[in-house]
Amino acid sequence: MYRYDAFDQRIVDERVAQFRDQTSRYLAGELSEDEYRPLRLQNGLYIQKQAPMLRIAVPYGLLNSRQLRRLAHIARSYDKGYGHFSTRQNLQFNWPALEDVPRILEELAEVEMHAIQTSGNCIRNFTSDPFAGVAGDERIDPRPWAEILRQWATFHPEFAYLPRKFKIAVNGAEEDRAVIQCHDIGLDLVRDAAGEVGFRVLVGGGLGRTPVIGKEIAPFVPWRDIITYCEAILRVYNRFGRRDNMYKARIKILVNALGIEAFRAQVEEEWRHSRGGPSTLTETEVARVAAHFVDPDYRTLPGDDTGYRAQLVQDKAFAAWAKRNVRAHKQPGYASVMLSLKKTGIAPGDITDTQLDLVADLADRFSFGEARATHEQNLVLADVEQSRLKELWQLLRAAGLATPNIGLLTDMICCPGGDFCNLANAKSIPVAEAIQQRFDDLDYLHDIGELEINISGCMNACGHHHVGHIGILGVDKKGEEWYQITVGGAQGNDASLGKVIGPSFARVEVPDVIERLIETYLDNRFEDERFIDTARRIGIEPFKTRVYAQREANRKVANA
Amino acid sequence: MPKLIVHGQIRNDDWQVVPAQATELPNGKLIVPLALWREAATRLAGRGPLGVWLQPDDDPAEIADALPSLAVVAVDFPKFADGRGYSTAALLRTRYGYQGELRAIGEVLRDQFFYLTRCGFDALQPPEGRYTDAQLEAALASLADFSEPYQGAIDRPEPVWRRHARGGLAA
Ligand code: SF4
Repeated sequence: MYRYDAFDQRIVDERVAQFRDQTSRYLAGELSEDEYRPLRLQNGLYIQKQAPMLRIAVPYGLLNSRQLRRLAHIARSYDKGYGHFSTRQNLQFNWPALEDVPRILEELAEVEMHAIQTSGNCIRNFTSDPFAGVAGDERIDPRPWAEILRQWATFHPEFAYLPRKFKIAVNGAEEDRAVIQCHDIGLDLVRDAAGEVGFRVLVGGGLGRTPVIGKEIAPFVPWRDIITYCEAILRVYNRFGRRDNMYKARIKILVNALGIEAFRAQVEEEWRHSRGGPSTLTETEVARVAAHFVDPDYRTLPGDDTGYRAQLVQDKAFAAWAKRNVRAHKQPGYASVMLSLKKTGIAPGDITDTQLDLVADLADRFSFGEARATHEQNLVLADVEQSRLKELWQLLRAAGLATPNIGLLTDMICCPGGDFCNLANAKSIPVAEAIQQRFDDLDYLHDIGELEINISGCMNACGHHHVGHIGILGVDKKGEEWYQITVGGAQGNDASLGKVIGPSFARVEVPDVIERLIETYLDNRFEDERFIDTARRIGIEPFKTRVYAQREANRKVANA
Repeated sequence: MPKLIVHGQIRNDDWQVVPAQATELPNGKLIVPLALWREAATRLAGRGPLGVWLQPDDDPAEIADALPSLAVVAVDFPKFADGRGYSTAALLRTRYGYQGELRAIGEVLRDQFFYLTRCGFDALQPPEGRYTDAQLEAALASLADFSEPYQGAIDRPEPVWRRHARGGLAA
């Protein structure tokens, strides 16, 4: 993975000094609350219900063991012994004291980490494919490009005070695992007819209050020009994006208001002037960054490991885990392992300091010292020899990190919601837990198969509820917490937005509703059809009918 | 007299910024709003050195042809978190080739100094009374928050990987 050179290190060190000074001026009353707010936000620091929340950047999800140990140490020393992986592959701490934050940032800088631009109306942390470099369907490794763009966006002077936050994702594989259609800019690495690398560029996607699937603005931008092209998009947005209403300030609203053709024309006009300028990338710089992402020293192995095959036959529990949590690898004899952070009873994405330390050790022992965070809020050890999977599984199981549920119903995406977040309409963690408890039978879960349930505590959609096969959204009804349910959303290449099935539900009703939805699916599915495919084929009517018929029946009983 | 930071030095300023709604023109060196300049360009031309200031949604293209005759161009930040002025400045310095004094006015605060100068502002005018003399002196440090920024901008058009050979490890 990328290692800092002297320039990178100096920038994070200077950032720590700058933020320490800003914080002390704030504490001394020299900076007002309003003046300090954007500064702390651009350092990932929120003031929340309980205490500040500090969001640490994990650029495109990559972590090394040294960084994991430092995060464990921070969780232990400045927090209550745990952290939370978010849907943007970042790590959040919920309990640090404001006064400690400069010191925490200093500790992070020592291991080449920071909290730069993890919040605020600026270009946010870049996200990408958690299986970059190891997936068989990869066209082009997205990591060097994500790193080059990360550096470009860091403290970009023209785009630090945009109308609203701005998120960019990079994908380089056949299957889009970076949700590029739901980002302000989605970059898809492709080759043109001549084999030259470039980007198909999508713009104006996003979830939140007005969910929109991104539109293609350029079918192919040559790699050399990607910075000037992104700058052209951002300049048009910075100048003309709405600033009068924060709910209408994302770039998707501007793109929709102008229409993609007119927006494209403005960007092209802007780009005409800057294209070919000094920000045009060079082979030297790309090669310098790409050299950090070469394959690790894989052993040459004959192919699938026979011992592993035998273990799968002998040990049912191991096989169940491998089926869900182990993924094929491009390198013969290797596999990628997903560590589930979705054990029932633990808030989705939460991880303790001891688990972080353990993941660091396991990364060192099994996966070349690296781990990755996914936007589904799990972790990945990307480069494990198949012959060592069983040993790894045993260690993970002992630490509560081997729940065999990746991609299943209980592997929910869930935002922090009303337990932590000021903006929430409703809690989300207890909803996730109640659903996990209702569906605790592993055989049943496997029978239901692939299913994504995404939960957000409000319209901001941090839990990506629009693109969950089943989406759950917290809504406020006269001061009470209610939940709206959608069906039929999906992420990936065939991304779609879910449809609301009808009036919302009280929290206690939600597990029942999910059960009715699952029953509807099971009654209607053809053979191995996934939930989402059934939902697309039959539409939402049958789901709706069953859920609300049952609800009526329950009410009658209750009122009898 | 209001204080101004020009090329990193604090000095007194003898320009007057004429407010958007003003109907009377005071005496002295004036920086007038774009709307006023638009309708009274000829009347203003005889008065000696002149400046124009732009609101966030003013199009700098409107003054492009007049730039050689303007002594100051100012860009207003009604709120420091309204970042349109950064793009206005960048456009004035690049597309329209403006070389004279480019001044940030309005809610111009030290924590934005670094970004403002990177986008081409060479004169920074914090609101009168916002900083004591000592605070303003201390605020000059913010001009140098980062010594080697990554990306190219107006002050340093080349990105760091063109300015330096990269790859040397941290000391
Ligand atoms: S979706 Fe709403 S409640 Fe959940 S974390 Fe985001 S802002 Fe907070």
